[in-house]
Amino acid sequence: MKLNRSQMVWRAAQDIGDGWLVNLGIGLPVAVADHIPQGIDVFFHSENGVVGVGPLASGNAADTDLVDAGSRTITLRAGASIVDSAWSFSMIRGGHIDVTILGAFEVAANGDLANWDMKIPNKGPLVGGAMDLAAAAKSVWIVMEHNTRSGGSRIVKQCTLPLTAQRCVKRIYTDLAVMEIGPEGVIVHEIVDGLSREELQKRTGAPLTFAPGCKTINAPALAEVAG
Amino acid sequence: MAINKRVGSVEEALAGVSDGAVVMISGFGGAGFPNTLIRALRDRALKGLTLIVNSATHRLSFTHELIDGGMVQKVICSAARGRDKDLSPFEKLWKEGKIELVCLPQGTLAEAIRAGGAGIPAFFTPVGVGTDLTKGKEVRVFNGREHVLEHALTADLAMIRADTADRYGNLTFRYAQANFGTAMATAAKVAVAEVRVINDEPTPHDKVQLPGIYVDRVIVAPEIKP
Repeated sequence: MKLNRSQMVWRAAQDIGDGWLVNLGIGLPVAVADHIPQGIDVFFHSENGVVGVGPLASGNAADTDLVDAGSRTITLRAGASIVDSAWSFSMIRGGHIDVTILGAFEVAANGDLANWDMKIPNKGPLVGGAMDLAAAAKSVWIVMEHNTRSGGSRIVKQCTLPLTAQRCVKRIYTDLAVMEIGPEGVIVHEIVDGLSREELQKRTGAPLTFAPGCKTINAPALAEVAG
Repeated sequence: MAINKRVGSVEEALAGVSDGAVVMISGFGGAGFPNTLIRALRDRALKGLTLIVNSATHRLSFTHELIDGGMVQKVICSAARGRDKDLSPFEKLWKEGKIELVCLPQGTLAEAIRAGGAGIPAFFTPVGVGTDLTKGKEVRVFNGREHVLEHALTADLAMIRADTADRYGNLTFRYAQANFGTAMATAAKVAVAEVRVINDEPTPHDKVQLPGIYVDRVIVAPEIKP
């Protein structure tokens, strides 16, 4: 019934537009790159200045001067370029990133996002480029599990964890549903096969409305991605 | 006298740096860490340094050796979390209240450094509005949206890693090696670059990625990758 993690990123990838500049967050979101539909040509941006991230590099091709924002050794796609950090974030703040797809701890019904600091005891803060992307990309999409391991909802009326940015999230892709944040709150567009609207609402910490055309998510069978 | 920015020793490269200096250190994710210069700075055993660096804890940078050595009183960065379960040198001192931390969004950090080298003392940005990282900062509305006032950063010394230099200090970078280094060189009173090679011939103008006018000293140093 639930989508696995590969299916979640596959579903998000289906909504990416041709010719877009896309920034993928560390962790699950980077796997979106593996599921871009045929005929859709996009450039992937990385905060450290890479415009045109290609597949991961391995073996002798791995070069620590060519890394992405998650310090993974990468390759470049045709047409790629590399700028410095100040220029890279000018690209972000200047509204040149069509979409950033990020993970989240919590998303509030008004689009507030908390994805940068779990307040781990004794550990230092790590914000990186999270706030820049969330505040300034043209569109912010979230890929995350609908519920926490203990069963709590990651979609909430109001965030309890430190905010990354206010009212920034436009879409949420979870293992249970595809949702949009509208002016009135969370609107469900798609729901996994076999899950009732009532059950989805029960698992969600904010009121849901259902779009007129709300339908079943139709995801292919895909092997689970690691991590 | 004909310009020649090449120096032959790390002592010359870091000449003049003293207790209480504000030091910028380049590098991101494994690219562009000036580890030879960081080690040389550590060997100077200075006190009360302020570091401006993207990460206080990156495992491929020797920045943590300056912190562990008790030389640092303040860090301005976007990442201060160690990878391991055990506390990093930074986290240990921070927890004990022995080191001050200013955590900035990475793009605000980059822009503050750029502004520092560009004669812009402060700027408004939409990033961080309504978050813990901008508490107490001035907010103004532009085009119907809230923006927060952030101040430029400058330094006494910038230590950066590049690929090639020439005698004029013109630099080129490999792949994503430039990251914070270019802006840092513009924002520091003294900018020192460690490079793979210093070419005898001037770098062709269309290959120069950072004009040598920003760079005071260049030194050849094999790259140390821990």
